[in-house]
Amino acid sequence: MARKDVPQALAEVIDEFDSLDRNEKTDLLIEFADRFQEVPPAVAKRPFPEEHRVQRCESEAYVWVEPLDGRRIALHFAVENPQGISAKALAVILEETLSGGDAEEIAKLPQDIVFDIFGREISMGKGQGLMGMVSLVASSAKRALASSQN
Amino acid sequence: MADDIAQRGYTNPDVLVSTGWVAEHLNDPDVRMVESDEDPLLYPAGHVPGAVQIDWVRDLNDPVKRDYLQQAQFEELMSRNGISNHTTVVLYGDRNNWWATYAYWVFQLFGHKNAKIMDGGRIKWEKEGRELTRNVPNYPAANYVAPKRDDSKIRAFRDQVLKHAESKRPLVDVRSPAEYTGERLHMEDYPNEGALRGGHIPGAKNIPWARAVNTEDGTFKTAAELREIYEQENGIRPSDDVVAYCRIGERSSHTWFVLTNLLGYKNVRNYDGSWTEWGNSVGVPIEK
Repeated sequence: MARKDVPQALAEVIDEFDSLDRNEKTDLLIEFADRFQEVPPAVAKRPFPEEHRVQRCESEAYVWVEPLDGRRIALHFAVENPQGISAKALAVILEETLSGGDAEEIAKLPQDIVFDIFGREISMGKGQGLMGMVSLVASSAKRALASSQN
Repeated sequence: MADDIAQRGYTNPDVLVSTGWVAEHLNDPDVRMVESDEDPLLYPAGHVPGAVQIDWVRDLNDPVKRDYLQQAQFEELMSRNGISNHTTVVLYGDRNNWWATYAYWVFQLFGHKNAKIMDGGRIKWEKEGRELTRNVPNYPAANYVAPKRDDSKIRAFRDQVLKHAESKRPLVDVRSPAEYTGERLHMEDYPNEGALRGGHIPGAKNIPWARAVNTEDGTFKTAAELREIYEQENGIRPSDDVVAYCRIGERSSHTWFVLTNLLGYKNVRNYDGSWTEWGNSVGVPIEK
């Protein structure tokens, strides 16, 4: 049953994960991670500013929200730790399903989608970092929304 | 500095191998590389050629009760990974070999002496630009005979730890300072690894586990640097009877490995019940 509290494209991806067994989930996550593309230099260059860095994330992930027209926003990510494959997978999922969408919807993104995608059994540290990513996407969208309304 | 293992003053330097050593033994039939990670995506996304994966939840824990696998399951695990009693097992993994040392410790409950850790772990191998593959090897089943699991020497249980604390013998709490002081009970949204009470076991010294590794390349610090941390700073002595603990016993297996193998302590036990047992137990003493 698709989640109603997230944009439809993301709900569909979550639904797909829900239908897979553990090995299939792993394969799909790696497929997503393989499509990872770092934030374009036009948006951000190293050293990346600290305010874009995800707190409590071992993968050293960064998040940018780029205002498009009206309330629409694009999402960009960087993942500095070469072992940050889960962070890359999540970044691609969020980018592919939310980028170009309405900032108001993205600002409401619930952290627990991490469990829908990675499973309940993920470790404490990893879950925290990934939820930190979702949370930074949501709060950045909220700020973008506020400035678009000013 | 990374490949100078023999010069670092460890009691048992043979327990570590360098990434260079591993690269030279990739096709050695007597060596089996075993990856053990916190993040289960890492191995399928790319691993040391020929390495098999051992997962701490699926492979090392009992599926139902809170305990480790038993003799028959250990034999089956080793056999299906093509590991015989004579195979040299080299463990490595993410997070500074946190889970690799955990697997190493479980292997020692079954007396598999022929086990080593790849110094620097997965991150060092990757940063050196060494080969990673997605090919999952398939080894013919090997014959492995394990003894009955021996919990008496390197594993501690709650009531033993209670007596240990009462007699004021050394305890090492390897968690973060915030967990040690009780400021943090459990990580947000992780009630399964939480505790009803915060703090530490009375008398425990707080020595976070990762202090034993060099942050830049994940290798272990030298024996002199380790002694400075455990002995000079915290007053632990090699002859002491030491119990190490964390939240579920994984981080403390790393400290157990350091004290036992690198510094040669003879009496170190890992309390795998750790804070998720102690902080939920009725009536046990807690210090803040």
